[in-house]
Amino acid sequence: MHIVVCIKQVPDSAQIRVHPVTNTIMRQGVPTIINPFDLFALEEALRLRDRFGGEVTVLTMGPPMAEDSLRKALTFGADRAVLLTDRCFAGSDTLATSYALAAAICKIGETWGVPDFVFTGKQTIDGDTAQVGPGIAKRLGLNQLTYVSRIVEVEPSSGRLLVQRRAEGGVQELESRLPALITMLEGTNDIRRGSLDDALRAARAEIVTWNAAAAGIADLSPCGLRGSPTVVKSVFAPKPRAEKAEQIATAGTAPDEVADAAVAEIFRRLPGLEAELLS
Amino acid sequence: MPTYTAPLRDMRFVLYDLHGGGRLARLPGCEECTPEVIDAVLAEAARLCEEVLFPLNRAGDEEGCRLADGAVATPKGFREAYRLVREGGWTALACDPAFGGQGLPHAVKVLVDEMMCSANLAFALTPGLSFGAYAALYAHGSEALKARWLPPLVDGRWTGTMCLTEPHCGTDLGLLRTRAVPQGDGSYRVSGTKIFISAGEHDLAENIVHLVLARLPGAPTGVKGISLFLVPKLLVGEDGRPGARNGVSCGAIEHKMGLCASPTCLLNFDGAAGWLVGEPHKGLRAMFAMMNLERLAVGIQGLGLAEAAYRNAAAYARERLQGRAPSGAKCPDKPADPIIVHPDVRRMLLTQRAIVEGGRALAVWTALALDDHARHPDSDRRREAGDLAALLTPVAKALLTDLGFEAANLGMQVFGGHGYIRDHGMEHYVRDARVTQIYEGTNGIQALDLVGRKLPAHGGRLLRGFFHPVAAYLDATAENAVLAEFTRPLAKAFARLQQATAHIARAGLKNPDEAAAAAADYLHLFGLVALAYLWTRMAEIARTKAEDDGFHRAKIGTARFFMDRMLPRTAALSAAILAGGRSVTGFDEGDF
Repeated sequence: MHIVVCIKQVPDSAQIRVHPVTNTIMRQGVPTIINPFDLFALEEALRLRDRFGGEVTVLTMGPPMAEDSLRKALTFGADRAVLLTDRCFAGSDTLATSYALAAAICKIGETWGVPDFVFTGKQTIDGDTAQVGPGIAKRLGLNQLTYVSRIVEVEPSSGRLLVQRRAEGGVQELESRLPALITMLEGTNDIRRGSLDDALRAARAEIVTWNAAAAGIADLSPCGLRGSPTVVKSVFAPKPRAEKAEQIATAGTAPDEVADAAVAEIFRRLPGLEAELLS
Repeated sequence: MPTYTAPLRDMRFVLYDLHGGGRLARLPGCEECTPEVIDAVLAEAARLCEEVLFPLNRAGDEEGCRLADGAVATPKGFREAYRLVREGGWTALACDPAFGGQGLPHAVKVLVDEMMCSANLAFALTPGLSFGAYAALYAHGSEALKARWLPPLVDGRWTGTMCLTEPHCGTDLGLLRTRAVPQGDGSYRVSGTKIFISAGEHDLAENIVHLVLARLPGAPTGVKGISLFLVPKLLVGEDGRPGARNGVSCGAIEHKMGLCASPTCLLNFDGAAGWLVGEPHKGLRAMFAMMNLERLAVGIQGLGLAEAAYRNAAAYARERLQGRAPSGAKCPDKPADPIIVHPDVRRMLLTQRAIVEGGRALAVWTALALDDHARHPDSDRRREAGDLAALLTPVAKALLTDLGFEAANLGMQVFGGHGYIRDHGMEHYVRDARVTQIYEGTNGIQALDLVGRKLPAHGGRLLRGFFHPVAAYLDATAENAVLAEFTRPLAKAFARLQQATAHIARAGLKNPDEAAAAAADYLHLFGLVALAYLWTRMAEIARTKAEDDGFHRAKIGTARFFMDRMLPRTAALSAAILAGGRSVTGFDEGDF
């Protein structure tokens, strides 16, 4: 089984500051981490590999320093790391990013075998669009399974796949077929700890580094800024609505009395609700 | 509940920026130890310590170890944690690749050790002793012994102990009575009782390899008649699998002030099968191969606990609202100011911080000397490094544990009454820290080792390995006005140390009691000057760093505090030393 996991190096949002005037993110001196959602994807991929055998290839697009994230992924036990880096990718939005990553996944398939799975996190913590995974799936014609909370069954021989995904108001159980792209939901697993062996292997490993040409991208027009229709018009912090909390008068301080007062107030403000609920 | 986050940033600063640890990759056998490799190792070690070992610390202390029918049960979770440590390859970190080790340098090991000690010292003792046993066996065992016993010690399937102490002899091993009788087949029968044996019996691993000091029949009396034996808990068959029980049993475990989750055992050897390690009657020398590493390791224990106590005290001082700053309210919108506004609280926190970061610099310096001693291609450099390591080892052990205890105690003080009760974990650090001043040679013994052995050795050659670089550094920075706030107090304290050294050399020659009476003060004087030298260099480096994210600013601030508020202790120490030992040695014994 060959599994490709797409990861992204992001600034550690816990330590990020926003410029008070321009409202842009001040990345200087902020440590970078693997996008936390991608770690759930990576762990799920590693578990599938451990169960069925095969290889996990991690892929990222970014500046040369994104290599750190790939090494980290190798520490957790990934078998191979590919860094897609080229100046022509600078300024990519989600459309251009998914174009470049899809091309690189094709190249990975040609080189080490067509992947059965492509994994991504559900979204990144810096962009929060959740668009790149679906973009890759669409371009590669993979079955697209987003917000997956659990992989219930995998039958590599028949290619049958059963997953649970979070949907509004509940959990959907979906049956699909390989090859598939899965975007993994947070909290689905815990990334394993790397052993000393893995840490040393990762630090010594050769990172496969491709520019656009090496990744087999001939047409550069859909890449980078040129290939990105998204334009940031302005960035602003929403004004907090400074409303004073209202107080509801209660008959007493016993829990029942407080609850009664709150419910009465809700019913007063939403006429018809009481009838609807209690009818 | 306390928290633990490994201080990786400071570790990198000390290893690379201060001590030029990037050069480790140029040492033979360390070619792969680039900063990238070391960073990856430290980061994974940090996760192991934060996520696996630290959460067991408090519960392990509460539960303790239990002895029933000769078997010791460690606290809940320890077995699983040990399995993770072992499977993660961490027991093999600094061992020879020929026996399955990873061959990483001591400079990396001390940092990993520090994290383990901060996270869970009681747990860390077992793999720590295994490494000591590995080191002694590696240095002195025959090829056949090494081939059989080292691989399982390296990969952690088996653990090791060092069995020195007997009920009537601790510091003075010349008194020991355990006997070993040759059997004619190359093996021996070992009989006697050993006490205070850490990890002497437990349920973490399938076998235990005891290294036991004992006497051969007709051996000379005193320390010149002691030999070292390997005695396994379970006998090992030709297939290398442990089988029948050897004649070693755990008769009791001690009830202790701290380190409750580490079994401290009384071991009875009743004609147990053993094998000689090294030459007959040279056992003490073989044991010292591991003792020196263990002494540095104990210093690291003090450091690790100080680090844990400092971080938690600093966090608490920021949050605890109580009273107002002496100069007026700093947080008028709150019911009270956080206690960190108080100069006395800041004094305690900065003392802890100066101890921790200075101590880390001293520990890594010593470890790098061990690495150079073991691996440097130039034989002169190897000898110099060996001299420095020998000189710094007793200082690192005693200073880092004395100051480590001080720091742990200050951590409790910052918490006030909440530090004295168990809930916040601060009294736990104090209890665990206390024994580090006692075991592996009390700090008094370390001081005697420094003054009685290390100073006079080779006509004072060891001392030059420290005095020369400090003097050269002071010369080189004499014109540096910006650094003067650090170099001036350093030069002053260094002069005190030189004067005290000359005094001890003179007085000690006439009367050894004079040197012995000054030894403990001298060790602290020496240690504080070493820290001052390291703090000055750290401040110098921090000044050249452009990034202003608070880290380097705090480094300079802590250096300033050390110079202003801690280094003056050298004045008192030097005065006490120069006053002589008359009042100590002359006091009539009957009047005590």
